[in-house]
Amino acid sequence: MRHLLSTRDLDRATAIEILDVAEDMADVQQRAVRKLPTLRGRTVVNLFFEDSTRTRISFEAAAKRLSADVINFSAKGSSVSKGESLKDTAQTLAAIGADAVVIRHPASGAPQVLAQSAWIEAGIVNAGDGTHEHPTQGLLDAFTIRRRIHGDAARGRDLDGIRVTIVGDILHSRVARSNVWLLSSLGAEVHLVAPATLMPVGVGSWPATRGYDLDEALATKPDVVMMLRVQAERMSAAFFPTAREYSRYWGLDDRRFAMLGAGSMVMHPGPMNRGLEISSRAADSAKSTVLEQVANGVSVRMAVLYLVLSGEKGETP
Amino acid sequence: MPGRIVLQHADIARALTRISHEILESNRGPESLVILGIPTRGVILADRIALAIGDITGQPIAVGALDVTMYRDDLAQHPTRTPSPTRVPAGGIDGATVVLVDDVLYSGRTIRAALDALGDIGRPRAVRLAALVDRGHRELPIRPDFVGKNLPSAQGERIFVRLTETDGEEFVSIASPDTPPQTDQPTTGGPTR
Repeated sequence: MRHLLSTRDLDRATAIEILDVAEDMADVQQRAVRKLPTLRGRTVVNLFFEDSTRTRISFEAAAKRLSADVINFSAKGSSVSKGESLKDTAQTLAAIGADAVVIRHPASGAPQVLAQSAWIEAGIVNAGDGTHEHPTQGLLDAFTIRRRIHGDAARGRDLDGIRVTIVGDILHSRVARSNVWLLSSLGAEVHLVAPATLMPVGVGSWPATRGYDLDEALATKPDVVMMLRVQAERMSAAFFPTAREYSRYWGLDDRRFAMLGAGSMVMHPGPMNRGLEISSRAADSAKSTVLEQVANGVSVRMAVLYLVLSGEKGETP
Repeated sequence: MPGRIVLQHADIARALTRISHEILESNRGPESLVILGIPTRGVILADRIALAIGDITGQPIAVGALDVTMYRDDLAQHPTRTPSPTRVPAGGIDGATVVLVDDVLYSGRTIRAALDALGDIGRPRAVRLAALVDRGHRELPIRPDFVGKNLPSAQGERIFVRLTETDGEEFVSIASPDTPPQTDQPTTGGPTR
């Protein structure tokens, strides 16, 4: 794997391979020595043009547990705030000797630009670009679902027949996009629920069904309910009248939580707005996978960094 | 069938039985023995050896698998390798006598990686090495304690180990470098070159 830019171009076999390698990485997390020497001498740069503490420290932990050197580059207070272009930043990182660049950028497609440019040879890992994709989040969600359902026998398995309902701000959510492509190529049936104002144009061509009523969706007893964060920073336009109304119609409150089937799970990519899209009872219940998702995130990112950074240089993807 | 057969099905069985007895003899019994196979075929051989020792002594022997992919020194020289699961027996390996099992011993680099991997799992009292075939050409100061067959070979020659569980057939053969690879299964015994 040369780069990881989106889940849309991952076929089923590659996706399962990444999840299987992540299983091995998860096993390492159970040992007394949680470190592997695999990427000794390699340099991973976390290039973050948007604030994200969780994703950055997850990638940082993943790289460090593979013995790579980590350089954190955040746009705030850096040369970027002085007007440096992406090209100059990339060439600077190439000159420093970066072997992989983990990039988060407010513009959709920025990682693609970096990967296709001649500015830098390094492997590019998309850590969230605009409203496009966040592939490692999709992979860790798929990994979490697969582990909850298949347990220790998860290796090699897909998600055939698993019904996943994704609820919330589909319009701005790169997490939703990455999940739709990945979960459907793994065989899951994805259903999207959102206020009409937060359902993107063109969603009809996605491999997912859609609806506008959460109670209706929950009545079908989905295996997985994934609540998306209401992104206050992207709510400049009035997509819904009040937070209270959003919570009433599209929040997973205690009443809706009680409707869920016995074997179902509640996911949230974090950080949560408790009381807005998810109630504390749902977030802290045994059905909630929120903390598993965080732990699994490190394993999945280790797998991605390993697959991007190992193998012969110049190998085709 | 690639090349000349050097071990038939029955020869492999006899070699493994002998290795099992030798392990017991050198350990003076089955106490605190842990057999760890190196994927892929070493794991199968380890399972068979553990079963044989169990039959001899009448008590089950701890057995597992030790993947060394993440510890190799040649990850940048080969296409990306997919790791296999590591299974450590429930009792762990602290204070145990660990016997590493591999199918073909060649450069010794796989074993070097295995020793590093072991160190991250625990601290065994001693580590021994068993190999079904020792083909020579060591690049590191590593030698086996238990060997099924010493097989002098030229560096260009290829050793094929086929086991029923993975390949549906069972033999060890040696092929000259000009023999075209005619099967879907990759050669073993030369992965670190």
